[in-house]
Amino acid sequence: MTPVHTTPDTQDPVFTVRILKMKSEFLKGFLESLEKFGKLYGPVVRNGVLKYDEVHDVDEVVLTGDWHTLLPLKKLVHPTRFDMFRFDNDGFTTDYPVVEKRVVVGVHPCEIHGLLRLDDVFLQDPVDPYYERARANTAIIGFSCLPDEACLCKSTGTDIVEEGFDLFFVDLEDYYLVWVGSSLGHDMVLENEEYFDEDVLHEDIERYIQWRAKRDSMFVTSFEFKNMPDLMELSYNSDIWDYFAEKCISCGQCTMVCPTCNCYNVVDILDVNSETTGRRERVWDSCMFVDYSLVAGGHNFRGSRADRLKLWYTHKLRAFGGEYGKPSCVGCGRCVRTCPVDINVLTVSRALLQQEVPS
Amino acid sequence: MQTADTADNPFQPEPARIVRHYNLIKDHRFFQVRFVDMARAMSFTYNPGQFIMLSVPGVGEAPFSISSTPSRPGILELGIRKVGRLTDALFQKKDNDIVYIRGPYGNGFKIDQMRGKDIIIVAGGLGVIPLRSILYYVLDNRDQFGRLFFLYGARNPDEILFKDEFFQLKEREDIECLYTVDRVGDHKDWSEHEGVVTTLFQYLPEMDPKRTNAVVCGPPVMYKFVIQELLKLEVPKNQIQMTLERRMKCGVGKCGHCVLDHLYTCIDGPVFTYWDTLHFRELI
Repeated sequence: MTPVHTTPDTQDPVFTVRILKMKSEFLKGFLESLEKFGKLYGPVVRNGVLKYDEVHDVDEVVLTGDWHTLLPLKKLVHPTRFDMFRFDNDGFTTDYPVVEKRVVVGVHPCEIHGLLRLDDVFLQDPVDPYYERARANTAIIGFSCLPDEACLCKSTGTDIVEEGFDLFFVDLEDYYLVWVGSSLGHDMVLENEEYFDEDVLHEDIERYIQWRAKRDSMFVTSFEFKNMPDLMELSYNSDIWDYFAEKCISCGQCTMVCPTCNCYNVVDILDVNSETTGRRERVWDSCMFVDYSLVAGGHNFRGSRADRLKLWYTHKLRAFGGEYGKPSCVGCGRCVRTCPVDINVLTVSRALLQQEVPS
Repeated sequence: MQTADTADNPFQPEPARIVRHYNLIKDHRFFQVRFVDMARAMSFTYNPGQFIMLSVPGVGEAPFSISSTPSRPGILELGIRKVGRLTDALFQKKDNDIVYIRGPYGNGFKIDQMRGKDIIIVAGGLGVIPLRSILYYVLDNRDQFGRLFFLYGARNPDEILFKDEFFQLKEREDIECLYTVDRVGDHKDWSEHEGVVTTLFQYLPEMDPKRTNAVVCGPPVMYKFVIQELLKLEVPKNQIQMTLERRMKCGVGKCGHCVLDHLYTCIDGPVFTYWDTLHFRELI
């Protein structure tokens, strides 16, 4: 979850990476100062649920402890629904949602890795202009965190970030170590130079090493992530899938809460009282839904729940590899916390490893 | 409409006019469409085997195979079966009406690999629609290919698509056309073969398998049997091409629906070889 070293912003080759210190008492002032870089977003409690939302008062941002938002950060760059086009008798007019500049604070390493996986999909040629705009207007200020019993980022190797943030704060209690990850992050520091101290001392490094050791020792759950591609392949016809398929209720919650699920549907919606004008919407879809692979005429390429579960786990634990170099699971633990019938990367990977269903 | 701001939006549908349409058989219609923008109509290039995304505003967008050949530019031809909401709406359209198109998408047939070889085209039912593109492409570039065999099967004589067109092709010396129907029934005028499409393989002459390339499209159930026949002829596995159907919402590898293992049908396909199917599950 902590940057061991940062890579310079590729768009700014002359920029050199820096690690700074900031006393904890300055955090509030620093967050308030970010206004000029965009609207402040972060984890806040709304209606009893912790979620990424606009921050009205910096005191309400939840930055410490083992908190996890219900939905991942993807909802800010790949919204649950938005208008792609307006249409009328003259055709389709692109309707880019207005994306104000935003600064999101409190972003955990798993979330940053999740965004990088989404970048792999949406920013690969042809670039998705809707995602690109949302992403370009979103500054990321990462924060270190401590694992709860569902966190698997140590297993997936996503507990550390080397890229994908503008600033990253590691909480060493009375002060923060602050990694500067981009020229924008550099500007945020310059704006508030009085809060930052350039002298990272030997004792700070020791504090940091101790903090990492403490954090590493807090992981109580792990799984054999590295072995999963092979095991997935070998277990394709295993009865294990039938066991999970029996339990799965195809609710799609695993896909909604997953930071790397990007599937969407596109639907046209006519304006009320109009037969010719309306909007073309993009909405989240889920490969757990029965009609996900249904084609006109009624043939369903994945009519069985077992096939749909296999598809999801192939993407998370194996197949993203072929396209983008690694499986897409970032170990956030949301499927572990969310699935109502206990089907998640942990139970599935254990069943695959032991070749027996959970007792 | 296209503006500087939206020129880079890969999801932007462009207006195209239906210049002609007629019914092929019951619930199957042939459409000729042409981009309203003249320059766009003439510059739109594609490979046989590629597809487009077609929109009817207010109803939606779906992928359709291109049935024309790029060797006859200017007009796109589509063969469409009425099976759902979007195609219902499309069948309401008249000549001169506007529809919206973006593309072309997908890889298309491996034409470089096919050049200089004997070509076997095997179509079942609606599968003839994408294969019509490569069929005419080969005919229009006849000297680049070896012998051409066109095997087409339908359920009964009433369900043969492009019947007049394909029967006229029999007049040509440079193509061997073999047509069959599962059941002739009481169609006394049917003088072609009877039986499933694989029964036509017995009429093929001696082939040099290494110098043979097959392209196949049909209902999912057909592939297994056709491939068995091609393997009996010892056609190399990577010289058997198939074009596949999947649900798609974007055409450019973003929406996820057409994923197969770690491949996307829309960008890595829709044309796959039999060799591919041995390495990636769920293809056929």
